[in-house]
Amino acid sequence: MSCSETNLGNAVVIKASGRIDLTTAESFKDSILAALAAAKTSLIIDLSGVEYISSAGLRSLMTGFKASKGQNKTFAVAALQPLVLEIFTISRFNLVFPVFETLRKAVESLDPDALPAFDAS
Amino acid sequence: MQVTFWGTRGSLPSPLNARTVRSKLVNALVKGSGKNLDTPEKAEAFCEQELSFAEAGTFGGNTSCVQVDTGGPDYLICDLGSGAREFSLSALGKHGPAKPQTYHILVSHVHWDHIMGFPFFVPAFIPGNKIKIYSCHAKFEQAIRGQSHEPCFPVEFTSLASSIEFITLQPETEYEIAGAKVTGKLQLHGNDSYGYRIEKDGKTVVYTTDAEYKTGDRGAMERAAAFFHDADLIIFDAMYSFAESISVKEDWGHSSNILGVEISQMAKAKKLVLFHHEPVNNDDRIQSILGETIRFEEITRTGDPLAIVAAYDGLKIDL
Ligand SMILES: [Zn+2]
Ligand SMILES: [Zn+2]
Repeated sequence: MSCSETNLGNAVVIKASGRIDLTTAESFKDSILAALAAAKTSLIIDLSGVEYISSAGLRSLMTGFKASKGQNKTFAVAALQPLVLEIFTISRFNLVFPVFETLRKAVESLDPDALPAFDAS
Repeated sequence: MQVTFWGTRGSLPSPLNARTVRSKLVNALVKGSGKNLDTPEKAEAFCEQELSFAEAGTFGGNTSCVQVDTGGPDYLICDLGSGAREFSLSALGKHGPAKPQTYHILVSHVHWDHIMGFPFFVPAFIPGNKIKIYSCHAKFEQAIRGQSHEPCFPVEFTSLASSIEFITLQPETEYEIAGAKVTGKLQLHGNDSYGYRIEKDGKTVVYTTDAEYKTGDRGAMERAAAFFHDADLIIFDAMYSFAESISVKEDWGHSSNILGVEISQMAKAKKLVLFHHEPVNNDDRIQSILGETIRFEEITRTGDPLAIVAAYDGLKIDL
């Protein structure tokens, strides 16, 4: 599992890749919390590179989501691979916070002013 | 061993109502129309082959009671929820009231849904029967005696004619009960609860309800998997969705289907039974949770397959 961060207007986008399980969930959580602290208004997690997420990884997302509410920031995930989307549905994580089909749709919803910069990048 | 589920519902008995029965009938009649179901045999085959379990039956509404047949002459059951009444009637039906039996009962904890069947446990009223109630829980004797007492119940515990004994177990200690090896383990649950690992003739059943397993805590997951290791059957508290169990219902003392699968996979267990169904979940809902859990097991499988079953009142599983 690896994470990279990009600043995009008032949002921060984290792109995670690989498997998020009991071994990697803690560092995933740390990356989310650090990015959230740096984000002005919104955090978007791009899961397009994630092939598997276990309950431990889902818990990291929940921790990030709860922290975002405490900081009055918006939180969303985007671009789930079909298998990860299934795991979201079965665990009901699709009902917890917004899940967008694509990263662009997430940016459009959470930080529309950043859309031109996103499209140009 | 054979395991029979007499009560599988969490928190409180949840019987079907007339409207639900009617909607099942309407659905079945529409699906069966034009199929020439003019004999009970044809209708039975149609129900079996063309309707889902939820369409043709019900998961049931009695609270926790599971019988483990260890092959010996004595009975062994886990918990005394409202399902214990039906268990007791079936046992009496088999032997008749005149032939005394010994009943060994493991109690997970004393929340009402796990002891409410005892005042209606008919063998307790009959002289000659031996009833041995075991638990690691500190207050099980007080709670079971206390509910058979005025003003909550008109028959006093002290007037019961059978011989009733309370035996306190120490957790993490192996005992021989009804011919099986039984080990209890403390579980995370309000006012505490205990799971039991039951082993006999090379087969293992783990009864773990009213237990909140925590993901993300590797040590806790590994300790749970060690208690479940290589079990043939795990009867697991799958009351909530995983998202609920770590958000609005965190620390409410119950687990999810997702953690049931993950811990059972870590433990290399063979079969997982979803148990302690949420009372607000109707039959269709439980059926779809079962389907999703089967799918979740498929997509997360790393070793041998883990079979998944949703418990229902009346289910029997041979090991
Ligand atoms: Zn319960
Ligand atoms: Zn309980």
